[in-house]
Amino acid sequence: MTIIAQLVTSFIASAGFAILFNAPRRTLLQCGTIGMLGWILYYLLHEHRMDAVAATVIAAILVGVLSQISARVYKIPIIIFNVAGIIPLVPGGLAYNAMRQFVEDDYNLGLQLSTKVMLLSGAIALGLVFSEVAKQFSDRYIFKIKKKSKSRS
Amino acid sequence: MENKLFIARVCTLAGKIMLKCGAETYRVEDTMNRIASAYGLRNAQSFVTPTGINFSTGFADPSNTIRVSGRTTDLQKIAEVNSISRKIDEGDLDAVEAFRLLKAIEKAELAFPEWMQIVAAALLSGCFTIMFNGTWIDFLPACIAGGIGYAVVLTIASMIEVRLIADFFGSFVIALLAVVFIKTGLGAEMDKIIIGAVMPLVPGLLITNAVRDLMAGHLLSGMSKGVEALLTAFAIGSGVAIVLAFL
Repeated sequence: MTIIAQLVTSFIASAGFAILFNAPRRTLLQCGTIGMLGWILYYLLHEHRMDAVAATVIAAILVGVLSQISARVYKIPIIIFNVAGIIPLVPGGLAYNAMRQFVEDDYNLGLQLSTKVMLLSGAIALGLVFSEVAKQFSDRYIFKIKKKSKSRS
Repeated sequence: MENKLFIARVCTLAGKIMLKCGAETYRVEDTMNRIASAYGLRNAQSFVTPTGINFSTGFADPSNTIRVSGRTTDLQKIAEVNSISRKIDEGDLDAVEAFRLLKAIEKAELAFPEWMQIVAAALLSGCFTIMFNGTWIDFLPACIAGGIGYAVVLTIASMIEVRLIADFFGSFVIALLAVVFIKTGLGAEMDKIIIGAVMPLVPGLLITNAVRDLMAGHLLSGMSKGVEALLTAFAIGSGVAIVLAFL
């Protein structure tokens, strides 16, 4: 039951963000799906006691790879897909808690939580970079795309 | 010479639209260089930062500087310019026609209507509350707070140039509403309501762009976008913090 709730809410959340960023109308469903899959992977890994940072890296890689594929299929800049896709992974709740600790004069806990926020944001970045590198690698060695051709996505 | 200048105008116009709509810096440079080389300028150089474009058609040619102020997020326009540059790349579009199309894109109002953005912000706020393990009681309060907060941001952003102020007041209103919901017994957990409702303001696009630019070697743009994201986060945080401090 919670899984279904998570699936539905993360889909709406990602698609809603696509609307806020004014993504092309025909990509709203894909944006929502990518965000949903990334979040569900993170959620399941985290439920099975994986560390949040590692789970975020893996989920971000999934988001990145799915975005690369959709960018190629729909011939649209990749930014449209991965912006909406990573939104559910952004550690908004933790950042809020960290700030709340600072306001309540608990600087130790505040600093701990902020460090975690930094690590999680870095994890998202790392995941996106991994997928980027994987794409360049596959372009060059698996699909043998020539340098001049349209490898823009 | 005339021809070169016109091609430069096409390139810089495409770059300007993309930069204004929040594209990554490396994509802006890449697009301008591709258009230039498709029209036969083999030695065109471009240098782009988040606030300006520098474009030169070659050695000892005049170079053009375009100042870009006021960045928004409009992924649709980025996609449209991208498809035009693809067509140019394939040789299907001459410079005059491309310039006309780009001008039309620059003027077009492609954005979703404001009410739709506010509804989307409201819905996604509620959804984030559930995703962060909130209860369904808090769904509606988070929706209302998120929607009103986003409306406040849109209104203030249209009045004041400084984007930070808009974010600050938006999160301030959200925190106030959350407190009201708790005091009247409509909501259960204040933290969950605030976290969900603040999400539409989170600078997600800036973060991704900063990373992509840094990875592509555009250190200047990557750093400045990262700082912009940090400042936005700071504005959101302090708006909430002021309300919490008086609890």
